[in-house]
Formats: sequence, structure tokens, C-alpha cells
Amino acid sequence: MWRDALLVAGKDLRIEARSRVATNQVAPFALVVLVLFGFALDPDRGVLARASAGLFWVAVLLSSLLAVQRSFAVESGDATGDGLRLSGLDPAGIFLGKAAAVAAQLAALQVVLAAGVVVLYDADLGGPALLLATCAAATVGLAAAGVVYGALAAGLRVRETLLPLLLLPVVAPVLLSATRAWEAGMGLSVDDGWRWAQLLAVFAVVYVTLGVVAFGALLEES
Amino acid sequence: MSRPSSTGGRPEPAGGGTALVGAAAVVALATTVVLGLRLPPTVEQGPYARLIAVHPPLAWAAYLAFGVCALVSALWLWRRTRAPRWDRLAVASAEVGVVFCALTLVTGSIWGRPTWGVWWTWDARLTSTALLLALFAGYLALRRVSVDPEARARRSAVAALVAVADVPIVHFSVDWWRTLHQGRSLAQLAPQRDLDGSYTSVMLLGFVAMTLVYGWLVAHRARVEALEARLEAAGLDLALAERRAEADVVEPVA
Repeated sequence: MWRDALLVAGKDLRIEARSRVATNQVAPFALVVLVLFGFALDPDRGVLARASAGLFWVAVLLSSLLAVQRSFAVESGDATGDGLRLSGLDPAGIFLGKAAAVAAQLAALQVVLAAGVVVLYDADLGGPALLLATCAAATVGLAAAGVVYGALAAGLRVRETLLPLLLLPVVAPVLLSATRAWEAGMGLSVDDGWRWAQLLAVFAVVYVTLGVVAFGALLEES
Repeated sequence: MSRPSSTGGRPEPAGGGTALVGAAAVVALATTVVLGLRLPPTVEQGPYARLIAVHPPLAWAAYLAFGVCALVSALWLWRRTRAPRWDRLAVASAEVGVVFCALTLVTGSIWGRPTWGVWWTWDARLTSTALLLALFAGYLALRRVSVDPEARARRSAVAALVAVADVPIVHFSVDWWRTLHQGRSLAQLAPQRDLDGSYTSVMLLGFVAMTLVYGWLVAHRARVEALEARLEAAGLDLALAERRAEADVVEPVA
């Protein structure tokens, strides 16, 4: 299973490295979102700095939709999806591999976005341990839930419009928890940030488990 | 409840059991309405307190519906209990649940406006109910996309379970979110405190009524689903027969 996961993750990341969709489209999109928030909110930097944790995670969420869609778009052309199914790879391995590839892209994206909020919003990223732990747990959860729903919507004519409707309510707790944890880590609130990070870890464990168990059923058909 | 259909023939009417549940639901609902409207107005909330006869029962019915949807989805996914009726029951329950959940939010809003002064507040329970509605609206949207019935049943069963797995996490996150930031909890606002006896009994009657209404609606909705599946199968048989007839005219090869 782990070997299969590595194979699939390597394949997906190699495709991304060669096609440069993630670097040329998804990352610039995320930065555009950050700039748009600057327009929407008071350009007086105080508001943006205080809201930077939430804005950062909204930008991550919107970009993760693109990353997940992309992850399944590469399987839809040239019957590569069938090839994947016929390859004899363990479905759990395929799930873990695809989720790992999405997670790696999201992690890279978060680095770009973090630089973005520091530069554009004058955010103060103190407390790196909590911030990094939050990022790790939230990224795994987002990638796992995203790949499960990506597989649910894959192959449908309306997948582009259906995926956000399915995925965004499910990952709403991730947005909420990650934002609170970041606010605590940045010294913007007095919450216990680690409690939120733990909730994120629970979310990640639940969706990784569900994906490992259910992905075989989702691959069988369609 | 829908009964397994024999091939062809006229659709059987819904069973006598369903009619009985329906009659009981109408009577219970009517009694709830009459008694609920005759409840004495309270000092703090005036006539709006009477919404207690419908609002908590609606919420209960919505939770019941989503719970049933998740349960029958699991039964469908488990190979040993897999049967088309679980899928039909899942869609029926989810649809009825979405209606009840929306009505819960609407009646809550109507009560909240005069009592809290706002149509909506970011209270923990409100927020998680709204997210629950969004989760199952997504589930229904997924169902409505036409793919082959087996694939649709599989996808939606997984979607129902994945959505339900989110419910406790949603609950905890919004609960912490609101209680950490403001010291107000729904327990203080809830009208159940110091509740008059007549209120309690009407509310309990409301619970019975909504449960019956839920059962009745689900039974009919599942039956419609079964009839639709039969219609589709009959249409397919007809088309096959026509093609065969054409082939006979042209003279069969081999």
C-alpha cells in the first residue's frame, strides 16, 4: 500500500512539475485572492492584519478546490482513470498517493501565502510551532477530504460546480479551527490554540481513515 | 413502505400501514396546531413562545431523517445487506430531512427576530444546523446528477457517511468557537427553562406528530422512487423489444 502510494504521489507530482499548472495558475490565483481581500477590506492595514489568519485560510480553501479538481482532471483524459484502475494498485494506496500529492502542493502554496500575508497584510507570524502544527494537520485533513470528494464528483458532467458545494461545507470546521489556532499562534486571541490544532488532527485522522476504507468502492465503478 | 414490485402490471397502492401512519400524522399534527395556538402567551416572549410546539419537533425530525439516511447508506454499502430499498430509503429520508432542517431554521428565525432582535445569530447550534443543511443539500445535488443507478447509489452512500462523519466535528468546532468568544450559550436562551406544563405536553405531542409526518412522507417518497425505477426498467424492456422486432423484420443473422 505504501509503495503504491509513493508511486501515485510521485506520478501526480511529476505531472504537476512538468505541466506547471500549480505554479503558473493555482499559486497566482491564491495571491490574487489575497489582493482582492485587500480591496474588499479597509486598506488601512489594521483590519487586514487582524483578519489575516482567516483570510489566509480562506485563500488556502479556495486554492485547495483547484488543486483537487486538477488532481482528478489529470485522470479524466485519455482514459488514464481506467488505466489507474486496471493497474492493480491498492485503492487505499491510490487514495494516499493522491492525497499526499495534493497535500504537498497545498503545503507549498501555504508557504507562498504566508509570505503574502506578511508582505501584503503586515501580519506578524509569531509562535511558529503552533502555526506549523496547524498547517500540517489542516493540510492533511483538507487533502484527504478533498480527494474523497474529488473521487465522488469525478467523471460527472457537472463536477466543476458540484465539487465546491460538496467540499466547502465539509471543510468548514477546518477553516474555523485553523483560523482560531492561527489567531492564537499570532497572538491575536487568548484562545488555547493547541486545542484547535487537536481538533484539526481529529478531522485529518477521520478523513484519512474514511478515504482508505471507502476509496475502493469509489474506484470500482464510473 | 414501498413493496418489491413484480414485473409489469399496475403499481400497487401504498399499503394499509402507510395509510394508517398518514391518518395518525394528520390527526396528531392538527391537534398540535390547535393546542399550540391555544397556549397562553408568556411574559417574555409573548405569542412567539408557541413556536415551541413546532420548532424543536422539526429539528428532531431533521436529525432523525439524517440519522436514518446514514444508517441505510451503511446498510447499502455493506455487501451482506445490500438491497435497492436501502438506497431508495436513503434518498427519501435525506429529502424529507432537508425540508425539515430548512423549516427548523425558518421557524427558529421567526422566533429569533422578536426574541433576540435578529433573524440570524452566530450561535453554535444555529451555525451547525445551517452547515448540516448545506451538507445534505450537497448530497441531494450529487444524487440528482444522472449516472447509472448502481453507481449513483454507491457514490451517494459514501457521500452520506462522509457527511455524517463531519457532524460531530462541526458540532465541536462551532461550540468551542462561540463559547470561547462570548459567554452566552443556548441553554440560557432556550425556552425550556421554567417551562409550563402545558408547553411541555404540547411540545411532546409535536414530537410525536413530526415523527409520524416524517414516517409518512418517507414511505411515500421511497415508493415514488421505486415506481420511477420500475418505469425506467419497463421503458428499457420496451425499447429492447422494439429493437428486437426491427431485427426480426430485417431477418436475423446467425
